[in-house]
Amino acid sequence: MRRIGDRTGVRRTLIAVAVLLAALFLLLPLAAIFAQAFAEGVDTFAANLSDPDTLAAIRLTLFITVMTIPINLVFGVFLAWLVTRFDFPGRRLLQTLIDIPFAVSPVVAGLVYLLLYGRNGWIGGWLDAHDIQLMFAWPGILLVTLFVTCPFVARELIPLMQAQGAREEEAAVTLGASGWTIFRRVTLPNIRWALLYGVILTNARAVGEFGAVSVVSGAIRGETNTLPLHVELLYQDYNTVGAFTAASLLALIALLTLAAKAALEWRATRRERLS
Amino acid sequence: MNTLASLSGASSKRVLPGFGLSLGVTLLFVSLVLLLPLTSLVGQLSQLSPAEYWAIISAPRMVASYLVTLGGAAVASLINAAFGLLLAWVLVRYEFPGKRLLDALMDLPFALPTAVAGITLATLYSGEGWMGRLLAPLGIEVAYTWVGIALAMAFTSIPFVVRTVQPVLEDLPAEVDEAALALGASDTLAFRRVILPYLWPALVTGTGLAFVRSLGEFGAVIFIAGNMPYETEITSLMIFVKLQEYDYAGASAIASVVLATSLVLLLALNVWQGRFVRRLHGGNA
Repeated sequence: MRRIGDRTGVRRTLIAVAVLLAALFLLLPLAAIFAQAFAEGVDTFAANLSDPDTLAAIRLTLFITVMTIPINLVFGVFLAWLVTRFDFPGRRLLQTLIDIPFAVSPVVAGLVYLLLYGRNGWIGGWLDAHDIQLMFAWPGILLVTLFVTCPFVARELIPLMQAQGAREEEAAVTLGASGWTIFRRVTLPNIRWALLYGVILTNARAVGEFGAVSVVSGAIRGETNTLPLHVELLYQDYNTVGAFTAASLLALIALLTLAAKAALEWRATRRERLS
Repeated sequence: MNTLASLSGASSKRVLPGFGLSLGVTLLFVSLVLLLPLTSLVGQLSQLSPAEYWAIISAPRMVASYLVTLGGAAVASLINAAFGLLLAWVLVRYEFPGKRLLDALMDLPFALPTAVAGITLATLYSGEGWMGRLLAPLGIEVAYTWVGIALAMAFTSIPFVVRTVQPVLEDLPAEVDEAALALGASDTLAFRRVILPYLWPALVTGTGLAFVRSLGEFGAVIFIAGNMPYETEITSLMIFVKLQEYDYAGASAIASVVLATSLVLLLALNVWQGRFVRRLHGGNA
């Protein structure tokens, strides 16, 4: 049977327009990043990459990401377990609350942390008196990164765990398994791909967060400059090639994220077809 | 029956271990990471008198920034509604070489750090950039104007429309098309009267989410915006400007406007969606 928009002319026109617009709007910027990064040749690219400030920015970004992922992973699993395996008053409110970071502009997210932990803040004043500085230092960057990335793991797990139900785990309980054993042997094998995708999304956002981090970092070269902030700094110094060199690393991580997502989806559809 | 069901529910809900532990960990995290920082905003705002608050948020430079932000986001969302619908349609309904690549590419704006998107678009559309050189002879200036702001907002928010419409379109059974066409409707009429009403809630939701995201977008916009006071300053940037002057109260006042706007919009979107779904199911859902 024919479906709407199946005529050859219509089909070809729509595909052509969509592909052309997507190429212009999405692919061209992607190509431009790498073209600019290599505009002065591979040697300049390598030299820009081994610049001490760039290396320091890469190290800081890696450090923040490596700290963020396990914390939000643990939180996401506990939250998903809580809201999908138990019924209690306030369950829906909790689910709404954890979407807050998606609704809040990153600059506002950075600001609220600055208000709290900055020198004039409620907690910041006390910390300052004890010579502990969170803002304009790496702990502040870590805190806002935790804030903006905390929904990702839970968001991937909750719909899946809801759909799977608690039967298998309940069976394990009646067989006398302990909580940790149930999680490791029953729950984890069921959720590992969603968990992996949640981690990939957390990683992509943690590496690339700009607005929130730029409020709390102070952007001290070689010290509190993350890779996205370093991109901004180089760009404002009119070092376009340098800025795009750093940007190309971030773009590469974005491309790996897309590839990982495509691979996981391909795996899911193949399994659906098999079963 | 009811008591029986609730009884069995009550007994099964504590069968699994870890309620106390997961509740504790979750509440601790939510309080420390999400709620406590937000209370600091309320604390800072309470130090302002209503008159002071109003003076900050109604300053002419602020009002100009609201107009720039709202206008840019509105244009970006309308473009994305059309473009996103087209992309979702093509990805669901047709088979063609490179389709999987196009599908994967749709998530690029979510995966690409906003600052990278920002400097890339600014470079592409500046006078010497690939696109800028093409558009300049036509008298179209994108970089450092509101057009650039709308473009950057459209770039970062396009996945919202595509990814909201796509699954709904996938679920539309082929019989719907066939029935409409068998009854003699033309493709255009069938699309307008049958498909579009079906996609409408998803399309409005996706566009609404894109609009909210555009209002709060910062990294992608500031590089291409030019940031001229009264002309191309977005509201998120104004928070930054106040912070650089160490005006924490002013920054908080503006932040409260940004925050309230996005929360109200998201809430309205949820309520509208709920009402639409109920109407669709004849008040039974």
